[in-house]
Amino acid sequence: MSSTTPHPQETPPDAARPKTAVQATPGPGGVRLTLSGLLETEVLGPVWTQALAAARTAPGPDVEVEAREVLCLDGAGAALILRLRQVAEARGGRFSLTGLSPDLARMVDIFDPAAVAPLPPAAPLSFGQRLRVDIEDMGVWTVRLLAAWAGHIAFTGEMTAALFQALLHPRRVRWKDVLVAAEKTGVNSLPIVGLIGFLMGLIMSFQSAVTLKRFGGEVFIPNGLGLLCFRELSALITAILLAGRSGSAFAAEIGTMKVNEEVDALTTMGLNPVRFLVGPKIMATLAVMPIMCLFFDFFCLIGGAVVMLSLGFPLATYTSRVFASTSFTDFWGGMVKAMVFAILVAGVGCRRGLGTGEGASAVGDSTTSAVVLGIILVAVADGVFAVLFFYLGL
Amino acid sequence: MEKNEQSAAQAETVIRVENLTCTYGQDLIIDDISFEVKRGEIFIILGGSGCGKTTLLKHMIGLYPPKAGRVLIGGRDFVSAQGRERQDILRHFGVMYQSGALFGSMNLLENVRLPLEEFTSLPGEAMDLVARMKLSLVGLADYSGHMPSEISGGMRKRAAIARALALDPEILFLDEPSAGLDPVTSAGLDDLIKELNASLKMTFVIVTHELPSIFAIADRVIMLDKGVKKIVAQGDPRELREKSENPLVRRFFLREPDHPAQKGPRQEGQ
Ligand SMILES: Nc1ncnc2c1ncn2[C@@H]1O[C@H](COP(=O)(O)OP(=O)(O)OP(=O)(O)O)[C@@H](O)[C@H]1O
Ligand SMILES: [Mg+2]
Repeated sequence: MSSTTPHPQETPPDAARPKTAVQATPGPGGVRLTLSGLLETEVLGPVWTQALAAARTAPGPDVEVEAREVLCLDGAGAALILRLRQVAEARGGRFSLTGLSPDLARMVDIFDPAAVAPLPPAAPLSFGQRLRVDIEDMGVWTVRLLAAWAGHIAFTGEMTAALFQALLHPRRVRWKDVLVAAEKTGVNSLPIVGLIGFLMGLIMSFQSAVTLKRFGGEVFIPNGLGLLCFRELSALITAILLAGRSGSAFAAEIGTMKVNEEVDALTTMGLNPVRFLVGPKIMATLAVMPIMCLFFDFFCLIGGAVVMLSLGFPLATYTSRVFASTSFTDFWGGMVKAMVFAILVAGVGCRRGLGTGEGASAVGDSTTSAVVLGIILVAVADGVFAVLFFYLGL
Repeated sequence: MEKNEQSAAQAETVIRVENLTCTYGQDLIIDDISFEVKRGEIFIILGGSGCGKTTLLKHMIGLYPPKAGRVLIGGRDFVSAQGRERQDILRHFGVMYQSGALFGSMNLLENVRLPLEEFTSLPGEAMDLVARMKLSLVGLADYSGHMPSEISGGMRKRAAIARALALDPEILFLDEPSAGLDPVTSAGLDDLIKELNASLKMTFVIVTHELPSIFAIADRVIMLDKGVKKIVAQGDPRELREKSENPLVRRFFLREPDHPAQKGPRQEGQ
């Protein structure tokens, strides 16, 4: 089998440029490969494939490389020669390299073939071994899960302790941090809370109008809207916005501090990271959450009012019906829920941040899981509240 | 070396590490080592990259619980210490981390002020003054209003030293203080360390690879090795360089690679 391999077509049509090629001829105990031209990263691809195919399919295992016409060789060229050597040795043959100029041979010699030997394929496991590995994995996962729960419980305890300490020693609280967090979490989020509230009010009223119109019952739109808004939507949607905006921000901020060893620095200074970093954020969130909810309520009702006015009802009818259909219990129920959601979202954000592993991508992972877990917890807690309120008859 | 004799005469142990074993999960990093640090000495932990110097340091300052063994600081067991006692031990030392670990949301002055705010009842102007004095000690008096992101890596390390000094600790742990600094800045840092050591009798535990700074400041060194996971040498660095039997140690001090770079030709000619 003798074949001259033309140079691949993608090289520039530069006649002065030497062609890279490999020529395979049958050798005494296998194959003789004559390499020529530039063995360089950019042009080596096709030659690599051909040379290896020739070495692998040769009748005998020996590989003899003739490199007198090699003009230049870089890391990829050296890799090709090492690879051919490995192929020959794997088939139990001998490898020889001749004619390579001493300068270029240096390039090959600085690599230790033993260090880049092909990794042995993982031995297939017997059924018994596989079972053992699976059982071990199960054990490891269980322990990890329990440890994670223990971590969550410990964190919840520390967070509660930090909040009580803040109540007992208000002078020790870092109020500046609280204010900064409150501004970022609360004040800066008001536009989006307002916008979403307005749109929700508008959309819900409009959609109910379409249905209720058939019964001539548009006048009942405010009853439904008020109840839904105060009792359910304001807490739920504000909490989801909070998770997206602030839960993620807490996780990213604390996670970055963790990666930069800043959390370690706090610990060795004798400052508890939970009290120092988490406390102010939770307090700030608790302080701004009711305001965010009220904001949502207000804009939601404005959205409803727009629909009602456009349907030709006077504003007074709308407001009186909204407030007639909702009680203070509904309002306070919503507020209680909102506060619980706020603690969940902010707590999960901070916890994820503190649990960040090593490296920048770990911060991203923490942020993502802070948002996802925050939203899941809010949804679950909302369900629990629904059942609770039902049995309490609220 | 009169200082050496002095500290030898006092010979009071401030840190005692007993049979310390450190692991990350299943990976054994440090296997059953013991050593002591005396009051007022500059003690250096050295060894090749990845041999566990930072790991040892972080176990000594109580960030990770050891797998086995004890760390005693000022005669008290730091590993089992909780609550008040732990706080008390923490008061005795300051730490500079490999990356500086300044708080990114605070400027340099606030960084140095933070420990003062949290642990002293000084009035505000006193805290400011103390913090600015510490910054001027490391040559950063003019940068007190800068944020950590606005200064160079070397300045960050010095600012971190200033923060570690804020409460005048008896022991200072430094993780690679001069890595990545230019020779002049690095020599300046060595002078600062010697100055603090001489004037305030401060004990230093330093992780470093920089040979010039090791010879310039070290009273005593221990050398760790990745292979055996133990201390392979300890003592005066100059003596180790001249007299050590262990080829690992000699190579480290003489800056020799552990395998000759140039190998014979590997062609198997016919
Ligand atoms: N958080 C970690 N989790 C798991 N393994 C780790 C962790 N940190 C370090 N290691 C491992 O422990 C070993 C020692 O790391 P360490 O950071 O202590 O080395 P070092 O001596 O400080 O090196 P350098 O001089 O490069 O800073 C390394 O092999 C590393 O892979
Ligand atoms: Mg290190």
